[in-house]
Amino acid sequence: MEWASQLCENRGLGSKMTDSKYFTTTKKGEIFELKAELNSDKKEKKKEAVKKVIASMTVGKDVSALFPDVVNCMQTDNLELKKLVYLYLMNYAKSQPDMAIMAVNTFVKDCEDPNPLIRALAVRTMGCIRVDKITEYLCEPLRKCLKDEDPYVRKTAAVCVAKLHDINAQLVEDQGFLDTLKDLISDSNPMVVANAVAALSEIAESHPNSNLLDLNPQTINKLLTALNECTEWGQIFILDCLANYTPRDDRESQSICERVTPRLSHANSAVVLSAVKVLMKFMEMLPKDLDYYGTLLKKLAPPLVTLLSAEPELQYVALRNINLIVQKRPEILKHEMKVFFVKYNDPIYVKLEKLDIMIRLASQANIAQVLAELKEYATEVDVDFVRKAVRAIGRCAIKVEQSAERCVSTLLDLIQTKVNYVVQEAIVVIKDIFRKYPNKYESVIATLCENLDSLDEPEARAAMIWIVGEYAERIDNADELLESFLEGFHDESTQVQLQLLTAIVKLFLKKPTETQELVQQVLSLATQDSDNPDLRDRGYIYWRLLSTDPVAAKEVVLAEKPLISEETDLIEPTLLDELICHIGTLASVYHKPPSAFVEGGRGVQHKRLPARAGSGESAESPDVGQAVSAVSDAPPAVIPSQGDLLGDLLNLDLAPPTSNVPPVPSSMQMGAMDLLGGGLDSLMGDESETSASHYRTEVQSPQPPECSERELGGDVGGSPAMGVSLGGAPVGMPAGLGAAPAVGGGLGDLFDLGGGVGVTAGSYIPPKTVWLPAMKAKGLEISGTFARRSGVIHMDLSFTNKAMSVMTDFAIQFNKNSFGLAPAGPLQVLTPLSPNQTVDVSLPLSTTGPVMKMEPLNNLQVAVKNNIDVFYFSCQYPISLLFVEDGKMDRQVFLATWKDIPSENEAQFQIKDCHLNSDAASNKLQGSNIFTVAKRTVDTQDMLYQSVKLTNGIWMLAELRIQTGNPNSTDLELSVKCRAPEVSQYVYQCYELILRN
Amino acid sequence: MIGGLFIYNHKGEVLISRVYRDDIGRNAVDAFRVNVIHARQQVRSPVTNIARTSFFHVKRSNIWLAAVTKQNVNAAMVFEFLYKMCDVMAAYFGKISEENIKNNFVLIYELLDEILDFGYPQNSETGALKTFITQQGIKGQTKEEQSQITSQVTGQIGWRREGIKYRRNELFLDVLESVNLLMSPQGQVLSAHVSGRVVMKSYLSGMPECKFGMNDKIVIDKQGKGGAGDDAGKSGKQSIAIDDCTFHQCVRLSKFDSERSISFIPPDGEYELMRYRTTKDIILPFRVIPLVREVGRTKLEVKVVIKSNFKPSLLAQKIEVRIPTPLNTSGVQVICMKGKAKYKASENAIVWKIKRMAGMKESQISAEIELLPTNDKKKWARPPISMNFEVPFAPSGLKVRYLKVFESKLNYSDHDVIKWVRYIGRSGIYETRC
Repeated sequence: MEWASQLCENRGLGSKMTDSKYFTTTKKGEIFELKAELNSDKKEKKKEAVKKVIASMTVGKDVSALFPDVVNCMQTDNLELKKLVYLYLMNYAKSQPDMAIMAVNTFVKDCEDPNPLIRALAVRTMGCIRVDKITEYLCEPLRKCLKDEDPYVRKTAAVCVAKLHDINAQLVEDQGFLDTLKDLISDSNPMVVANAVAALSEIAESHPNSNLLDLNPQTINKLLTALNECTEWGQIFILDCLANYTPRDDRESQSICERVTPRLSHANSAVVLSAVKVLMKFMEMLPKDLDYYGTLLKKLAPPLVTLLSAEPELQYVALRNINLIVQKRPEILKHEMKVFFVKYNDPIYVKLEKLDIMIRLASQANIAQVLAELKEYATEVDVDFVRKAVRAIGRCAIKVEQSAERCVSTLLDLIQTKVNYVVQEAIVVIKDIFRKYPNKYESVIATLCENLDSLDEPEARAAMIWIVGEYAERIDNADELLESFLEGFHDESTQVQLQLLTAIVKLFLKKPTETQELVQQVLSLATQDSDNPDLRDRGYIYWRLLSTDPVAAKEVVLAEKPLISEETDLIEPTLLDELICHIGTLASVYHKPPSAFVEGGRGVQHKRLPARAGSGESAESPDVGQAVSAVSDAPPAVIPSQGDLLGDLLNLDLAPPTSNVPPVPSSMQMGAMDLLGGGLDSLMGDESETSASHYRTEVQSPQPPECSERELGGDVGGSPAMGVSLGGAPVGMPAGLGAAPAVGGGLGDLFDLGGGVGVTAGSYIPPKTVWLPAMKAKGLEISGTFARRSGVIHMDLSFTNKAMSVMTDFAIQFNKNSFGLAPAGPLQVLTPLSPNQTVDVSLPLSTTGPVMKMEPLNNLQVAVKNNIDVFYFSCQYPISLLFVEDGKMDRQVFLATWKDIPSENEAQFQIKDCHLNSDAASNKLQGSNIFTVAKRTVDTQDMLYQSVKLTNGIWMLAELRIQTGNPNSTDLELSVKCRAPEVSQYVYQCYELILRN
Repeated sequence: MIGGLFIYNHKGEVLISRVYRDDIGRNAVDAFRVNVIHARQQVRSPVTNIARTSFFHVKRSNIWLAAVTKQNVNAAMVFEFLYKMCDVMAAYFGKISEENIKNNFVLIYELLDEILDFGYPQNSETGALKTFITQQGIKGQTKEEQSQITSQVTGQIGWRREGIKYRRNELFLDVLESVNLLMSPQGQVLSAHVSGRVVMKSYLSGMPECKFGMNDKIVIDKQGKGGAGDDAGKSGKQSIAIDDCTFHQCVRLSKFDSERSISFIPPDGEYELMRYRTTKDIILPFRVIPLVREVGRTKLEVKVVIKSNFKPSLLAQKIEVRIPTPLNTSGVQVICMKGKAKYKASENAIVWKIKRMAGMKESQISAEIELLPTNDKKKWARPPISMNFEVPFAPSGLKVRYLKVFESKLNYSDHDVIKWVRYIGRSGIYETRC
């Protein structure tokens, strides 16, 4: 290497005084001088002159006047000079077509030259001269060159066919060049094959329906053979071409995949990405239960991670593609979160993309890490990056329920920084959090209101106004706040105007007495003084609603909002599938189909993923029936971007769903019809429609598609569990119930049964028991218990030193366990433990540790270390420790889930001699996060329907039957239904434990 | 495919402009200059779309290289090509600078004509290119020589030319690793990985067939199963698990995939044979034990112990420990057992440098940091202590087991080749929280 660079240095020195000077001449009369020099007899002088011409051409000067003089220099045996003249010709031939003919003879002659390099040079250059007359002369030499004995000439000629096709497609077809080109796919030289493939692929793009690239198993086999032997670029051409092939069955698909996977170890990132494209596409055809399918998934992750150590520009391309891959197949990279953490000196475009992928990969298992990172990012300098980081914190809250509280407090901290754009971004995301978790975090509203004045961006203003309107009853001065916005109504953007209108109407419906004037003001502003048809229309609708039937208005405007989904900014599935077919290309970088940025019809035909063999599913929904996959059968609702937001907030189901709203049309339309026809259909009924239509996206459980909304609605109505008919027959609803929302609200409250957050009072904590006797641990006695306090699991330990010497250096570690329990921090035994001293320690636990199934399920193996030795013991924790605070299931969801879980998963238990009435039991259980969803009384029996959610997201549904009529029968009956039936008996144990204490 | 390729200087003046496709006009050159080079704000993306034309750019010092296209090209390939273009230019005339480009513009045009045809990248291995793009003119080549050139350029082994001869057959293998660590104050490893490269310099005659072997766990386990049991037990411990690796294009990937053997015909001179990543059983050459104590509100006591954790016979070099200090530091007093330590106010850190340190040693620094009283409520975020060093072994545990050379046509055997192997482990991001 060194000798090489030294050699070059010498060369550089040698030419220093020669070449760069060409760039400096700018004097007048230059053209004349050059003309003279070009016609000089001296070879050296001629060459110098041509160099000057090329230099002038490069910097943009017009030197076309010298055309005849330059062409005269063409006849030379100096290859360097010849190449320069060719370069000139390629640039100017088009502007001087007649003169260009002068060059033809030389080209034709050169195509016969004994030197293959010169033959190739001639055919290569001729193809670049886009003059019709010349192309006629090109045909014969090209035909010869395509069959040349030298592979170098053949590979050049193959590309030349594509050039000629670009100039005159008809000519190429007439001359039969396409067939010759096809023959070259069977050439013995791999580079000729690669170039022929590239040329054919390009030509095929402009003939979408031709069968030019007749890909069949034989040609595929040839391509795969050439793949192993050709240059890195050739491999890319071949892989990109392979990606267009659709294998006949899953076996062929697998065998191609097997031969493509070695490319994943190539140093060239483009080869890797093109191989990933082929694999991602062909994988669609493999049955999921195939071993090879799993192997392939595992093989894909490491090379994708390795792409992130490439140069930043390539990292960017890789990240844009990974973004697609993560959406299509989240399982591939779910364990690789850390590699997407932003590095301090990453370029901004890499940082932004990494952040995007971090949000997509965030899950309960890694959320703590992710949040810590995001918090760091929110203090960086780049405004866009900081904004995105703030937004990401909000997304995490929505995506991972367990983290919501921490996210909100982080956002509040950020609002305290008073950095304008941080505050605004935080408010926008907090609005989404409010929508996802209604009635949970409203205590922060006061803090938000403090920052009202600093909001200058429409999105933030709209978000704030929405919050004020939505929670008008809790904000004392809501009317003043909204009024202050109203002053500059006409200067606001449409988004803010619409929001303001809705918010004030909401306020009016909540506090009608004080705000009549305000609502009239806004209605007249919207309807009379505005040019915006949307605003006017909405104004009129409200006006009419309010004037004709305030009760109906209340139902419409203050109806329960459909829940928003956790996944955001998802690419629409059909587009995603198309983009997967374009991995590695510009389309995948822009996340747009080629038709969006390529002119003309070339290469813009839509590509599709192949359908899975043997399954009846269409290509668009290959993931049907797979519960783990994020792309479930109903595409998740997308958090509307600012444009759609208002439509949604209007709460009118009248609006047809936008393209990114899940297509569950039957219910939506039913809801709309009811609204129009019945009008007075009950609040409850309306609610059941909306929430039922959305529950499918919320609960990621496999729902058989036959379970249509109508069926559900009917069953709900007839179901004893709900006690109240839920919109099954809107017309037959008791008028009183429908007309009095207060009653509806009352019912809602009843159902809520004090479902407040963080109820700590009733949580049952078993007494400490000795886990490690002093005998076994060289004098250290450990007793302990478990407790769940305000959402955090604690292990309360007492250490007693029964030995004679002081103990220090305590540390604790858990073995892998069923629910991933792990210490959230180090063991804090701060002072040395003297003999006979006892110290109580509370160790917070997380559930993000490694998971391994234990027997019994709730067994925990612990190792404690001190300065003396390491001791091991095992203990069992009550499973109620893992019941999370947000385990209250929606009624409809409960019902559907109960039905959905097969009855063999149901387990029956008896709790004997329990003297509790249903309310007391319900309260007691609630303390341990067992929530009563509904209650029903039949004869002498109270039935409580209860839901529990474990930290790992498993839901458990229970029915608790309590005898009320007969004081002698004190047995409770419990049936538990869960998708993971092995948990049931532990749940029963908890019921026993809690109800008895 | 690539429609055109432009090279600009930092002012946005065009140094090289080569258009391959008819859909790229002269105005494309100006569009990029105006919208990207002269744009006020920072570059937000390496791919820019201006009026339905896409520009890919990379920067080398203050030179911009831009590839232009109007089609849906393979974006990864375009960037790989631009990097390759830089490598080729560097191999011909050294550093990529405005002066060098102007001095060699004829050569660059010739190269661009050869390695990009109608926007399709062609053979771009410098070894092959240098046989026929020489700027000396092709004179006096015999027919055999010409066909040798063309067969090499198009052949399966495009990266090596025939007929290379050395009096002394020699090869150098460098295993270069960078070890990355994030450790908690309690000494718990939060994340650690090694990214390594095997760089080879080969000076071998003819077309030698090489086989490279290392202590890859998969290979050794496989051998252990087939061969003697005791051997597996012995070497099994020393094998390492490689998370992922990529290879130079000379390596036969299908063979690696099926047998996990690394065989190849090497390019002549220096090149990167492979890159790899490991995350398991990493030898952490240094352990940093921090102790920070806040004495009142205006004083901090910092004690940092570093322990070297490798064979006592080995020497680590260029050791640097960077201990961050709070922003309101007014003065620092440092005492260190070894090396030199200095408080650098501009960097908000104490920088402790030690030239050399043997294995299994430890050294300590203690510092008293005086703080200015502030009313800033925010606590000091305590950035991690970072470290730099160089050690003469591979922290991943990678060992070169063999590199066999076979050349059947020439009469030298594996034993005649002089081989040198060197291991260098450097710190990547090596941080301990405090």
